[in-house]
This record gives sequence, structure tokens and C-alpha cells, in this order.
Amino acid sequence: MKFPIYLDNHSTTPMDPRVLESMLPYFTEKFGNSASRNHAFGWEAEEAVENARKQIARLIHADAKEIVFTSGATESDNLALKGVAEMYHEKGDHIITSSTEHRAVLDTAKALGAKRGVKVTYLPVDKFGMVNPEDVRNAITDKTILVSIMFANNEIGTINPIKEIGKIAKEKGILFHCDATQGVGKVPVDVQDMGIDLMSFTAHKIYGPKGVGALYVRKKNPRVRIAAQMDGGGHERGMRSGTLPVPLIVGFGKACELCEQEMAADGARLSVMRDRLHANITKALEDVYLNGHPTERLPHNLNISFAYVEGESLLMGCKEIALSSGSACTSATLEPSYVLRALGVGAELAHSSIRFGLGRFTLDEEVDYAGKRIIETVTKLREMSPLYEMAKEGIDLKSVQWAAH
Amino acid sequence: MAYSEKVVDHFNNPRNMGSFKKEEDGVGTGIVGAPECGDVMKLQIKVQNDTIVDAKFKTFGCGSAIASSSLATEWLKGKTVEEAGKIKNTDIVQELNLPPVKIHCSVLAEDAIKAALADYKKKEDGKETVK
Repeated sequence: MKFPIYLDNHSTTPMDPRVLESMLPYFTEKFGNSASRNHAFGWEAEEAVENARKQIARLIHADAKEIVFTSGATESDNLALKGVAEMYHEKGDHIITSSTEHRAVLDTAKALGAKRGVKVTYLPVDKFGMVNPEDVRNAITDKTILVSIMFANNEIGTINPIKEIGKIAKEKGILFHCDATQGVGKVPVDVQDMGIDLMSFTAHKIYGPKGVGALYVRKKNPRVRIAAQMDGGGHERGMRSGTLPVPLIVGFGKACELCEQEMAADGARLSVMRDRLHANITKALEDVYLNGHPTERLPHNLNISFAYVEGESLLMGCKEIALSSGSACTSATLEPSYVLRALGVGAELAHSSIRFGLGRFTLDEEVDYAGKRIIETVTKLREMSPLYEMAKEGIDLKSVQWAAH
Repeated sequence: MAYSEKVVDHFNNPRNMGSFKKEEDGVGTGIVGAPECGDVMKLQIKVQNDTIVDAKFKTFGCGSAIASSSLATEWLKGKTVEEAGKIKNTDIVQELNLPPVKIHCSVLAEDAIKAALADYKKKEDGKETVK
């Protein structure tokens, strides 16, 4: 076994060697600009880009012409929300999203509110982190121009009822954007079947390179229009100017092709591993809580709160494993995870949460080792925890008057 | 964020981790912080003839919080009650090389020391009234 062990695949994934191989020629001998229309170098690059576009479109059941390349999912989210708000501002000024979206959506919505006066409804989620489609229906007004709901959550892995939400949006004639950064390449995503009009995703979460992403923009039923946020050479049908990063796009295409072929097998293998990890932990430790949906979740995600133990200290205690925590101490904002808080998880349990993200290259022995080390470290830290001691003495921690600081 | 060697050392080899019986004679207990804030420290001192002869801690919190309280118990031992009251959070920051975002851990440790001393004094005062 090699150390450190990487179990943070929601954050990013290692690139598949087959993806790297596909990219290499496009850095050197095939270096052309895909927008150069008059010579062989340009044609070669353009052909490679169009091939990648097809590979990407196939994975999400779209048409190649509906793929707009961006620098990543954050840019795609920005382009979708700002592009729609600007293009359809005469039609309305109301956007519906949810409280557990990624910051790329939440902060973009907030910026639209502050700078353009767009009104934003943030839908709550249930205790599993799921948006209720009926809440979407009830929030729609005659001023609503966009519904933006994530496919699957990056912290807890809960998968939203996208198809039902898409159906409601369609019924009401409102555009539906889905941030599918965590879902594409991991579980089947079908923009036709699910009624998605705009969709953000990125290469580096699916074993492709960092620095390239895409926004799916529906071409018919309805034909979606967005105002460009980057002006220039009119690339990507005028929606996103800028010379295309051909090697990255080739890698993105290859990564999508591999996901199409392997995601079913990967998902099946990882969910077995993940379930075993969960079972080992709950067998060995008491007061352990699963965050997120028990079944409607990404196959490679596990998010657990270990009561009486603070998350950052837990990560510090098993430094040879790369994990992430919802603890305030690991965030830039010094607040515990807003996603867990939105589920109604108490702040103390949010501080105690750990996210495991398995991936294509995760080995059985790595997951079993991680489980063993987590159990050891939680046991050790609980011995050190005054809260565990109090709980053992039968004191109800909620009845204690704490001095918040 | 990378931790200083001293924080890692205290975290891996905590000094004086454990508990005294609260009602034991000469024991002062301070519990500060709140679970919602992500850190709770329990610090205890055992005093004989106005000198702290032993100290113990238990902490729920990040590595820096654990290290701050572990260090505090080391420093408390051998000090008089008056000397102990002079330990400042900035001393802890300096000793452990804590970054700015972790200063509150040292503040909490100072609060825990003060709370333990106050508890000890309150118990002692109580005895005198009984006499």
C-alpha cells in the first residue's frame, strides 16, 4: 500500500493515464489553434475538439453542438446564471435554487441579487439533503426565469429528484439549470430524459485534466439563449470567447468516453467498498451518524459524524489518509458546513463530520486500512474528549449551559 | 494548513490527559467553550499548600486546542495559585507557534486556567464559611 491514501475524490480525481496519453500529442506536434480555418494545423485541432465534443455529448445524451467549453464548473455555473439573468431580464427577475448548492451557484445568485436586483429563492432541503420538487413548483412565480438545482451534493452525495424537477420546470415553461459536477461520469445523467436545459460539469472530477469544463446549453425544445460573459473572438457559438485549450478538451473527451464505458462497473465496485467501510465503522463505534440519504446517494460517497470528536483533530490523527471534514476549523469561513446545517444537523455534529470520497483507483485494502485508522483515532480522541466523558456519566449535553464564544 | 512540530508533538503525546474527581479536596475544575463552536476544554488542577501539584485536561477540539490545553497542564504544575493566574494566551501562542486563525484556542486555554483557579478558590472559600 502506498501512502498517503487518497480518499478525497469529491475534491478532485487523479487523471487516468489513458486520458493523459490522449492529450500528449496536442501539447507538441498537434499544437494548432482550433479556430485557425486556413491550414492543416487548425483543421487537426478542430477535428480533435469536435471529436471530444461528441464524446462528452454522448455521455449526457446531448448533441455535440450543445456543448460550450469553459474553464471549469465554476465558470459554467456563472455563465448559466448570469447568462440567463441577463438574456431574459425582460421576462422576469426571479431565480429559484437550493440552500445546499455549491458556492459557485450560491455566490453567483447572491451577486446577481446585489448587482442586478435579481430575486433569489433558496429552497430548504429535507433531513437527507434532498430538494422537494413540490417546493420548486410552489416557489415559481410569473417572474421566475430559472430554476437551478444541483444533481448531487458534493459533501453528502445526496442525489436530487432531477427528473421530477425538470418536469415541473418544463410544465411551467421555466429554464432548468443543473450543476451536475458531482454526478456526471459517476451515475447516468440524461439531459433529455431529465428535462435539463443547462448543465454544468467539469473534467477534473472524472479523471480528466483540471482547467476545462462545459456548459450544456439546450438547442431545441426550447432553444436556450444566454448572454456571453466573456467577449472576444466569438468562439463557442458566441457564448464563450477565448482560444480553446485543445489538449485539455481532448482529455475531457477521453475522460467522458471512459466514464461511459466504465461508470457502471466503477459505481458497483465502489458502492460495495463504501458500504463495507460504513459497516465496519458502525460495528466498532457507537454514536456515529450518517449524513445524507441512505440510498439516493453517489456510490462513492460516505459522510459520517463521529459524536464527541472534532473533525479537524480526527484528520490530524490519521494524516496518512487524505479526507475532508465539515468542521469549521478546516474551512476558510470558520463556520461548520452550511450543507450539514441545512439538513438540520446540529453544529456540534457538523464539526464532527468526515467525508470519504472513493474513486476509480481506490483499492479495497486502502478503504479497509482507512476504516481501521478512523476507528482507532476516534477511540483515542474520545478518551481525550470531555464531552464523551460527560455523556458516559449520563449527562445530557444539550441540558448543559455552555458559554458560547 | 501545516502544524508546528510542537503542536503535533502535544497532539500525538498529550501530557496529563485525564480527570480528577471534581469533589476531591483541593481540586479546581474549569470547563470552557461549547460543542456548537467546535471546542470544549476541561482543565483541572490539584492544589496543596497553595501550590499546584498536579493538573489534568480533556479537550474536544482541533489539534491546536488539544495542544494548548496539554501545554497548559505542563506549565501549571509546580506553580503557585497566584503564578498560575499570570499565564497568558500569548505565551501559549508563542510556545506553540500558533497561526492567527488558531489564536482562539490559546484564549480558550487561558480561560480554562482562570475557570479552574476560580473553581478552586470558590471551594476553598466555601470551606472557610462552613468553619
